[in-house]
Amino acid sequence: MALISCRDLCLAYEGRIAVSSLSFDVLKGDYICIVGENGSGKSTLIKALLGLKKPVSGEIVYSDGLKKTEIGYLPQQTPAQKDFPAGVTEVVLSGCRGAPFHTRAEKRAAAENMELLGISDLKKACYRELSGGQQQRVLLARALCATKKLLLLDEPVTGLDPLVSAELYRLIQRLNDGGVTVIMVSHDVDCAIERAKKILHLQTVPLFWGSACDYADSDTGRRFMGDGGDD
Amino acid sequence: MIEFIREFLSYPFLVRALISGTLVSLCSALLGVPLVLKRYSMIGDGLSHVGFGALAIASALNWAPLYVAIPTVAAAAFLLLRLTSDSRINGDGAIALISTCSLAVGVIVISASTGMNTEISNYLFGSILSMSPGDVRLSVCAAAVMLVLFILFYGRIFAVTFDETFARAIGVRAGVYNTLIALLTALTITVGMRIMGSLLISGLIIFPALSSMRLCRSFRGVMICSCTVSLICFFAGVAASYAFALPTGASVVCADTAAFALLSLIGALLRRNRA
Repeated sequence: MALISCRDLCLAYEGRIAVSSLSFDVLKGDYICIVGENGSGKSTLIKALLGLKKPVSGEIVYSDGLKKTEIGYLPQQTPAQKDFPAGVTEVVLSGCRGAPFHTRAEKRAAAENMELLGISDLKKACYRELSGGQQQRVLLARALCATKKLLLLDEPVTGLDPLVSAELYRLIQRLNDGGVTVIMVSHDVDCAIERAKKILHLQTVPLFWGSACDYADSDTGRRFMGDGGDD
Repeated sequence: MIEFIREFLSYPFLVRALISGTLVSLCSALLGVPLVLKRYSMIGDGLSHVGFGALAIASALNWAPLYVAIPTVAAAAFLLLRLTSDSRINGDGAIALISTCSLAVGVIVISASTGMNTEISNYLFGSILSMSPGDVRLSVCAAAVMLVLFILFYGRIFAVTFDETFARAIGVRAGVYNTLIALLTALTITVGMRIMGSLLISGLIIFPALSSMRLCRSFRGVMICSCTVSLICFFAGVAASYAFALPTGASVVCADTAAFALLSLIGALLRRNRA
């Protein structure tokens, strides 16, 4: 049974078609990487999967016990967050929906997630004073507070140096091994093939959808990797 | 000192101004934090000019000023928030447009009806004499509503301020909270501009938040520090204004400026020590 299935999806961004005739299923335990150039509709697809954008046509069905609001989202950082005075624990707890007050269970979950991501020693730190890699871990812990079912990661390693990126990828791999379904949007095709189980190559229409091994041998994959290898 | 306070409290109009001013300072300190962090600092300034226009029209028509001003400013707040969230229209431009236009209308209405007199100066720069018992009741209600809402929705307000997209994704209705903050800002500004003046009221909103952001490293810390700074500066400003016969609003904003300089300095020293 699929957690999310997109059926003949068509999405628009500022009045223009950004994604069309897209159908794919996200299964439990999947590790899917969505690749494509800038303006290929990746961000629009993310918004739609999060339920923040209505499809022009087609549908997105959430099933297998997944609700639309149960997607742990790791967004790209906004400039406003760079000098936002927030404690690490405050940020992680904001992943919990419980209003008005955080329950003891939520606080325990937040502590567990920080432990899982190796940031327990930072719990009293200030978010804006952390390094890029540490900030991503904090936001990942927040996403895990929202759900343990499905993570949606938007360019998680942008701006991180190779060593920190590799560590973050290892962390994501470990979460996936532990049963968390992962959808990742990335520029880094080589890394995507190495780690993801399935690849969706988007260029408004889906150019490729299938296993990562098949992608490496496909025309689309070879062409895109060739382009990517130059820079 | 005690003599000074007793003398001060013997004037009913001063007590009224003190009560509602305290409450307005508290409200604006709370609201200021999300507004500044969401890059909406100028909304306060824009709204206070709308409030000026509305007050001018109300007094020309002999209507109760606050009953005209509050809905007008609330509508403007709603509109400005819509404009700034719509990427096709420049938010900065929209605020400048609405604020100068309301100021112009207000000046024309006042000069056509009563002529340029002390009234216009009271509207622009505030007057400690202007609070009626009705205004005090209104500010007590407004402050009570605000405090309850902020305590109940503290977590949500943090989530929406820190990362609106994420909050929306996990099902928080961010639009509701943005509208709520805009409406509360409108209410606070309209009540506060009688004392502080429409040109100076936005200082009450942005200064405490910016000052505490120099020093504090958590959202809760900023909130608490902002309220404290705001209250201290208000009392200091009012006391100075009473003792030296200075304009109240301007004294309070000057006290806020001093606090900003002081906290920036302390913050810089602390950072250097940590590094």
